[in-house]
Amino acid sequence: MDAFRVLAPGSLTTVQDGGRYRFIDRGVPPSGALDGFAYRVANLLAGNPVQAAVLEITLQGPSLEVLCDADMALAGADMTPTVNDQPVQMWRSFRVKRGDIVKLHNAASGCRAYLAVTGGVDVPVVMGSRATCLKARIGGVEGRALRKDDVLPRGAGNLLAAPRRLPYRWIPTYRPDIVLRVLAGPQEEVFQDALETFYDAEFLVTPEADRMGYRLQGPPIHHDPGVPQSIISEPVLPGNIQVPADGQPIILLVEQTTGGYTKIATVVSTELPKVAQAMPGHRIWFKRIGLEEAHALYRNEATRLQEIEAFFTSN
Amino acid sequence: MASVLFDKPRLRPSGDLAVLVEYGEGIDPAVNEKVRAAATLLRRNLPEGVLSVIPAYRSLSLRYDPLRTSPERLSIVLDELEGHLREVEIPPPRIVEIPVRYGGEHGPDLGFVAAHSGLTPEEVIAIHAGTDYPIYMIGFTPGFCYLGGLDARIATPRRETPRTLLPGGSVGIAETQTGIYPVDSPGGWQIIGRTPLRLFAPERENPFLYEAGDRIRFFPIPEAQYDHLHQEENA
Repeated sequence: MDAFRVLAPGSLTTVQDGGRYRFIDRGVPPSGALDGFAYRVANLLAGNPVQAAVLEITLQGPSLEVLCDADMALAGADMTPTVNDQPVQMWRSFRVKRGDIVKLHNAASGCRAYLAVTGGVDVPVVMGSRATCLKARIGGVEGRALRKDDVLPRGAGNLLAAPRRLPYRWIPTYRPDIVLRVLAGPQEEVFQDALETFYDAEFLVTPEADRMGYRLQGPPIHHDPGVPQSIISEPVLPGNIQVPADGQPIILLVEQTTGGYTKIATVVSTELPKVAQAMPGHRIWFKRIGLEEAHALYRNEATRLQEIEAFFTSN
Repeated sequence: MASVLFDKPRLRPSGDLAVLVEYGEGIDPAVNEKVRAAATLLRRNLPEGVLSVIPAYRSLSLRYDPLRTSPERLSIVLDELEGHLREVEIPPPRIVEIPVRYGGEHGPDLGFVAAHSGLTPEEVIAIHAGTDYPIYMIGFTPGFCYLGGLDARIATPRRETPRTLLPGGSVGIAETQTGIYPVDSPGGWQIIGRTPLRLFAPERENPFLYEAGDRIRFFPIPEAQYDHLHQEENA
């Protein structure tokens, strides 16, 4: 059934889900929601399975005309949403009726919001996923960002018996200064002389920050003398921090599968939502942790999502 | 010749969800053969907790679920696999034949490559189509393959100014590499021809004609056959 019509698309609004990992060995980027936490929580708030497709909304929000009754929920960046010009809260579900106008505004904090709707956004599954990949022009709506007058269907699903609200203890705050926990390498050894700088310095997020990667600006991180600036191309994964010859690190995200630059460190997966919500001009410090600690963070995050799911299903 | 193969695979964490497994140094057929054998065996019997096997030139990446396995356990699995790499019969590489219309509007740089190599365009075509190229890795764009084995006689530097749009199917040369652009993209390679085949067809059950480890064999086709195949592919 048709869920909503796009009255204004916002600056970059795409359909995303948990990503398309089936063909990453054939150069098809994983895509998927950049902030995996807000994405999953938006779905849980709307009463969906965590892996349902949602809208990922960047910086400036869209306006949507509701075409059938549904529950919606917004998580992530605060885009001061309204329904028929009445404010609704982030991190809560809200009921919409046919003819309602849902409007999102500029991000007041954070960078990306996730809009979930009952039954999930029901665009065709392409190669195992609904995620939009702009580069390969697949997934979502014809492999592109939403445009005015697009009509998006939703899947079947039950409306909520009672509205859902995420308890404050689980709501993240997005700050302009972030510390990102990272793991060494995979090519840390070619940066021995630069490691101190890398872990002491403050890096600025530049305007070149998108779903492909975040280019940072800071003191140059040089390769050690006599070490080649590039390597034989190899697979790259979200969170890898590559350092090209100019010494300015790039945090790789979800739209690239191979690369030929050395990677000094890799952002721990549970920290990637912080990157997704960081804006140009925000400051980043890197903190190195060990693999055991990173895996403990991963287990904690999985437990936290289970707790959130249990909280909703038991309340 | 000194072996570039490592005694046993070397693991490097690539974040908390993947390990990079290295089998040797450099771009070398023996090293890549080992990568291919390991990838084949791993896929045949995916170890507990492994989500993806991504082969590259001299390494492969394993994505894993840390709730179900760990690099320590994967290291043991990979060491065990070493013994089997010698025992187990790895199927010979699949040869994937790619028809190419060389020169003309589809291969605007064929003349440049010929002049640079001191050969005639016909000789360049014969050399280019006369070799089977191993696919070392796929990446950059969907289906873009990094091929080895280009004959040094036709190696040619990249164009000084990259083209802003190359049509999908363009076959090119850059230094000692050759390859195909599967989808429209900008690119700086010397374009010597174009295949009418669609190398990335997302709507098909298998969207790709090849995978890493296969071999590509180009063969020249006349204009009329190009047009016919192109129509058939895009019907």
